[in-house]
Amino acid sequence: MPFNFSNANIAIRENRLGSITGFVGDLQTLVSKSEDGSLRNRERCFSQSSSCLSGCALNALAAIRNVAVVYHAPAGCTAMASNDAVKFGQIAARVNKTTNSVFVCTDLNEKDTVFGATKDLEKIIRHTYEAYKPDAIFVSTSCVSGVTGEDVDGVASDLDKELPIPVIPVHCEGFKSRIWASGFDISDHAVLQGIVQPPKQKRRTINIKNFYESARPQITKIFNEVFDAEPQFLYCNSTIEELSHLSEALATVCICGTLGTYLGNALEEKYGVPYVRTINHSGVTGFETWLRGIGDAIGKRAEVETYIEKQRAIYMPQIEEVTKQLKGLRAVIGMGPGFTYEIARVLQEFGMTVDYALAWHYDYKYDNGKVPPALEHLLANSPKDMKVAVADQQNYEVLNILNHYKPDVYFSRHPGTTVWAIKQGFAAVFVADEYTVFGYEGTLSFAKLIRDTVTNRSFEKNLAARIKLPYTKWWYEQNADKFIKEESKK
Amino acid sequence: MAKILDQPRYKCALAAMQTVQAIPGAIPILHSGPGCAAKLNDNNGTSGRYSPNIFPCTSISEKEVVFGGSNKLRSTIENALKVIDADLFVVLSGCTGEIIGDDIEEVAGNFANAEKPVIWAKTPGFKGNNYVGHDWILKSIFEQYLAEAEPEKEKGLVNLFVAPPQQDPYWLGNLREIESLLTAIGLKPNTIFGFGRGLDNLKKIPNAEFTILVSPWAGLESAKYLQSRFGIPLLQYPVLPIGASETTKFLRTVQDFTGIDKGLVERVIAEKEAEFYYYIERFADTLLETRILGKRFTVVSDSEYTIAVTKFLVNDMGLFPEKLFIVDDAPKAFQQKITDEVNNLNYGIKTEVQFTTDGHDIHEQIKDFDFAGTPLIIGSNWEKKLAAELGAHYVNVSYPMLEKLVINDHIAGYSGGLHLLEQIFTAAMSKLKL
Repeated sequence: MPFNFSNANIAIRENRLGSITGFVGDLQTLVSKSEDGSLRNRERCFSQSSSCLSGCALNALAAIRNVAVVYHAPAGCTAMASNDAVKFGQIAARVNKTTNSVFVCTDLNEKDTVFGATKDLEKIIRHTYEAYKPDAIFVSTSCVSGVTGEDVDGVASDLDKELPIPVIPVHCEGFKSRIWASGFDISDHAVLQGIVQPPKQKRRTINIKNFYESARPQITKIFNEVFDAEPQFLYCNSTIEELSHLSEALATVCICGTLGTYLGNALEEKYGVPYVRTINHSGVTGFETWLRGIGDAIGKRAEVETYIEKQRAIYMPQIEEVTKQLKGLRAVIGMGPGFTYEIARVLQEFGMTVDYALAWHYDYKYDNGKVPPALEHLLANSPKDMKVAVADQQNYEVLNILNHYKPDVYFSRHPGTTVWAIKQGFAAVFVADEYTVFGYEGTLSFAKLIRDTVTNRSFEKNLAARIKLPYTKWWYEQNADKFIKEESKK
Repeated sequence: MAKILDQPRYKCALAAMQTVQAIPGAIPILHSGPGCAAKLNDNNGTSGRYSPNIFPCTSISEKEVVFGGSNKLRSTIENALKVIDADLFVVLSGCTGEIIGDDIEEVAGNFANAEKPVIWAKTPGFKGNNYVGHDWILKSIFEQYLAEAEPEKEKGLVNLFVAPPQQDPYWLGNLREIESLLTAIGLKPNTIFGFGRGLDNLKKIPNAEFTILVSPWAGLESAKYLQSRFGIPLLQYPVLPIGASETTKFLRTVQDFTGIDKGLVERVIAEKEAEFYYYIERFADTLLETRILGKRFTVVSDSEYTIAVTKFLVNDMGLFPEKLFIVDDAPKAFQQKITDEVNNLNYGIKTEVQFTTDGHDIHEQIKDFDFAGTPLIIGSNWEKKLAAELGAHYVNVSYPMLEKLVINDHIAGYSGGLHLLEQIFTAAMSKLKL
């Protein structure tokens, strides 16, 4: 697909990747419809609150050290500012650094919706520059400034010329996509548009796109020792200077295809940086495939094999010992598509059965036009009729499914979702961190975490016995897809 | 007019969905973008019976922006009534629905005969923050939910409102503490928020003899509405009472306003003060003989806490305020009153008060203050970094609160003053314990 970095607008995933938020069926149907391009969305006539793309986009940008995000929005849109300041400060502290990134808002009010506020926006951007001297400023639209047609691109472009730092417009109208992962692409696009420079020289770095880099020490060690390269973590703790060199890396890898597709494919297509597209690092098969993929991309395959052999000798006996206790357990999974299919694979490796795999959305192809590797891998290794759904974080559907399948354990990855399985009395594991199942060691800890969770069920049993569920009896008697309409025409 | 909001200490009107969430049995239905609720739900203590994942939401998309969202809202309400087991549905509009002109009143009106009540309140984020949104939502609930029937007045029943739920991290603990104080002096407080309260109490509101609003400005419009519609006299007490002096003053004001048994009120005051000072006396050496707690402090908080904490530290504890910062975007009309109230202190002690939303500027100013010793900064999570930089003692009492968990603690009332002292001196002792 052609990438155009001269314009701040980027096509949303529905249009670019054929992404959908509604599907109910089985694995084989999902994959075959993806392969022949016949997959169509099914809309809902009832929905519950979920997420919006601006969070994904602007959190990523605010994670860069010493930048400013100016959000042309009413106050509530910037609610994440304090959380970001604390979180990214703590993450910087882990590597003995500080970040002075800020997230300011124009606090749009009713008058602004009538008379416009681009002059104030300009003033606030200037003020932000003077107050903080950031290395770059990202100026974002919101639902309100989008609908009222504020010329944010114009303001950003003028100030980009005037100020000695990049001033980059970012389009985050929350209503424009049902796929909040579109926000990942929006942040990548802003970085590619305003920060990344064409390569001057190759560097021995590997771009690694992740969320909160908890495995930074382990990854740094592996990359140093096996690949003779330095990892460039994105975007937490990165700097504008480091980002300007992304085009000079040996390769780009990612912890999840959903997160990495835009940046990885764009750097490959535009600057020839190979993008490693394998299943992710979770579990033994995933970790080994991921490492081999990187090794192949940068000519270090032999070193990978040596590493794998050594690590296997240490960990495989331990992993086999713990997973014996997990065999036969039945699971339901509800996560973003980047993790649902990967965690399903890991659970199957443990000898568990995945009764139902719910992904919040589904990209039927990535930016290279191919079906996500995790899906193909899963199809090759799972029962063909494994139940899958694309559930748009709709809690009522999840609870209905849990009630129907009554699994031994539920796995989720988004704040506020685990608690609902627990309230219904099911054991649940919150796989919050993207490195929960990283490598052999992570796989071992994950297996132990599942064992402990299904062994001591006190918390969920105690809580579930004393609370009233939020849904009617009627709802639990319906099929989970009751409110999902027929396939749309296009 | 747009203005810089740096280090946000409030959210938008739609965030007052948390006011609905605080009433057991009630749930908001959001006519908003899919992510508004998730973003606005950044406090702890929100995974109760209905968390934001449960809030029905029209998830406005480009299609609704172009063609209007009324139909989507209708189907969302219709199905919410089938799926959600709740007793009151409150439709709230966000920014986009309001800009494109969807009429939520009309759509909600179609459900007038539904099995469960469906009411509405306009809460677009660009019209105000969650302090005013809280007030609008309460007023809408009073207007649309309370029956037309002639109220049956109940002797001693007092409607009590304090701070916006969740925006004030101590909202529920403080509310319970003030309830228990009112009960002690012979009144029957009627509240609608939190465990064991809810719609039955809401229905009883018209029967109350009085309404007491403990707040400098937030919640005034809805409380006044009760006065005008049901003729319930309103006592607005602008100071959240913390510690002995202010709590005693509060109880005497309530006695004076309601005309309840003065003897009883004075007996309660005498006993509570004695208990408060029992602790103060026992810990007086600790409180007085620290080497590193100075006499001067500043507060960066909303109107409620800036007034409340200042009164407590000056009038009970003998400290002095440096310039104070009020960050809740309090309407211009209230600013002078708030400034006067903060400056009504013992020994004619005065200080400057600034209303601002520019956190960076606040911090730059504080860096230049002469605290004549180790500074004490009371504020929100935003002040933590500043305090570290200045080597100051720091206590977080207001939103945002990210590195501290409050479950049901309170800092209001006599015992609340002691709790606040615990936190201030914990901060001091963790720096130097000699």
